[in-house]
Amino acid sequence: MAVETQAPRPAGRRPSAPSSGAAGGTSSRRRLRRASVPYLLILPTVVVVAAVLGYPLWKLFDISFRHYGFAQIVGGKAAPHNGLANYRAIFDDNFFWTVLVRTVVWTTAVVVATVLIGLALALLMERISRWARLLLTFVLIAAWSMPRVVATEMWKWMTDYQFGVLNYSLDKIGLHQFRSYNWFVPSRPLPGLILVGIVVVWGALPFVVITLYASLTQVPKELVEAATCDGAGPTTVFRMVTIPILRPVLVIVTSLSIIWDFGVFDQIYIMGDNVPDKAFWLMGVYAYSDAFRQGYFGLGAAISIVMVAVLLVVTVFYVRQMIRLGETE
Amino acid sequence: MSVLTPSRTGGTPVRPGAVKARRRRRTVRSSYNLVAGLFIVLIGFPVYWMVATALKPGNKALSYVPQWFPWPMTWDNFDAAIHKDFFLSSLRNSALVVVGVVVASLLLASLAALAVSRFHFRGRAVFIVMIVAIQMVPLAGLVIPLFKVLATAHLTNRIPGLILAYLTFVLPFTVWTLRGFIINIPVELEEAALVDGCTRTSAFFRITLPLIAPGLVATGIFAFIQAWNDFLLAVTIMQDNKDYTATVWLSFFTNRQGTSYPQLMAGSTIIAAPVVVFFMAIQHRVATGLTAGAVKG
Repeated sequence: MAVETQAPRPAGRRPSAPSSGAAGGTSSRRRLRRASVPYLLILPTVVVVAAVLGYPLWKLFDISFRHYGFAQIVGGKAAPHNGLANYRAIFDDNFFWTVLVRTVVWTTAVVVATVLIGLALALLMERISRWARLLLTFVLIAAWSMPRVVATEMWKWMTDYQFGVLNYSLDKIGLHQFRSYNWFVPSRPLPGLILVGIVVVWGALPFVVITLYASLTQVPKELVEAATCDGAGPTTVFRMVTIPILRPVLVIVTSLSIIWDFGVFDQIYIMGDNVPDKAFWLMGVYAYSDAFRQGYFGLGAAISIVMVAVLLVVTVFYVRQMIRLGETE
Repeated sequence: MSVLTPSRTGGTPVRPGAVKARRRRRTVRSSYNLVAGLFIVLIGFPVYWMVATALKPGNKALSYVPQWFPWPMTWDNFDAAIHKDFFLSSLRNSALVVVGVVVASLLLASLAALAVSRFHFRGRAVFIVMIVAIQMVPLAGLVIPLFKVLATAHLTNRIPGLILAYLTFVLPFTVWTLRGFIINIPVELEEAALVDGCTRTSAFFRITLPLIAPGLVATGIFAFIQAWNDFLLAVTIMQDNKDYTATVWLSFFTNRQGTSYPQLMAGSTIIAAPVVVFFMAIQHRVATGLTAGAVKG
């Protein structure tokens, strides 16, 4: 936009709102009005989010430094500050580190699978016949519109060791170990965690594929043609034309997947019959169990804050890139 | 021309090479279709199983050997679901909530997304980090204080309250995603509109907004489904039976004797159906990106 791109900008961050640039004759009042435009644009969003979430977010942060149990939440008793005691309790607990490492490994695997399969399907959608594309869209939307609780119940039922249609089918195609197979055995948690991963990928694919496909439509045909004319093969076109245009959305989809998968709760909770064994706990379940089932709200809040901190560290690369992406334009 | 109808080349003579190339393209496309078919089955099966279960009589739904096709078919489960208490009111509540959330979130988010993708201002980085960080906070920790906030404003048990609650969780996402779509629109297009005498506002509404239509649809679907399918916030904020939303209504199928699965599946199918119909009707907006042809050079 005019105000943005006129004068070549110094490399560093600019101190304040747009420079007057070529518009030397504008009065300072007008300049002020222009400078206030972005603030007016974000104002409604900021107001809504701050009004509704401001207090809850502050509260969560605050009680993570307090002794806060049932007596405080129900009885209205004063919640004494206990400094960093909640945090110390978490970091001293070996189980926290076990769950953290498990969650990081699980999240990495699930995010990689989600994004790779999602990207492949989005590219596939461009290349298939119209009827196939319609059918795939239909199936994706239908899967997406299943209420998540119901969808997870459905998966649980499909993998039920007695009645599970998935177990039955795996047995019939020759994998006989899946006959009357219990996916959730605490002594060997891997199958259960993989199954939950499959359920999560299945649930995330509609969003990822549809968003990436929408982004693919932004790739100008002329650019692809021009590249092909210049002798670029399909791989080069993909790398040099498609990926750069896809990148902003790809970054968003990836980092959102990281955030969502890291905090996964419903799927584990429901598939574990509302009392998932500790062998299947990931961070979301861990925070919830400490906070609500055992009444240590202060501890649960501290775990939530730690989760945000971990996620911020993990996604800092993306966030930095996002901030920069806008600035180099 | 469509690769599926190679015979309709009319009377023009066709070079043998072109035929060969077309045939190869057709095999390539068929194999792509085959892969797509595999994914359609894999992704669609849980959906199919939901509908199939809903169409089976209660005693057939549970069997050691799965009954692949719902035959004999029965509408009893759908009938029972439709006549369950608060069926219509819950659907109406959900519809109102969804309309509010989708309209408000797209409107507010496209403005904010425009700000972060087109302007440089002090606090921009902070705003982006906040937008990202809010989405990282586990929902479970926020529900109780959130309820208190809404109660103070007398917004619990009221649809605007629920809309507001969803809006706060959907907005960060929509702002963030729409931004990804806006920065792909060349600034030159807006500048050209300004040169042609558009005001900045009309340049946004006439140029930028139509160009990010696929993004708006994709994020709109997200906001829609988020609000339509949520359970936790709805059950916390709307505590009266008549205020229940559709997903909360589904919990009526579970009582002390257990869950009536076929009926639950029928209820879920009914709830999912409007979403599917609506999005199949607008999905071509995602496919036909308006940018095609708009950007020259």
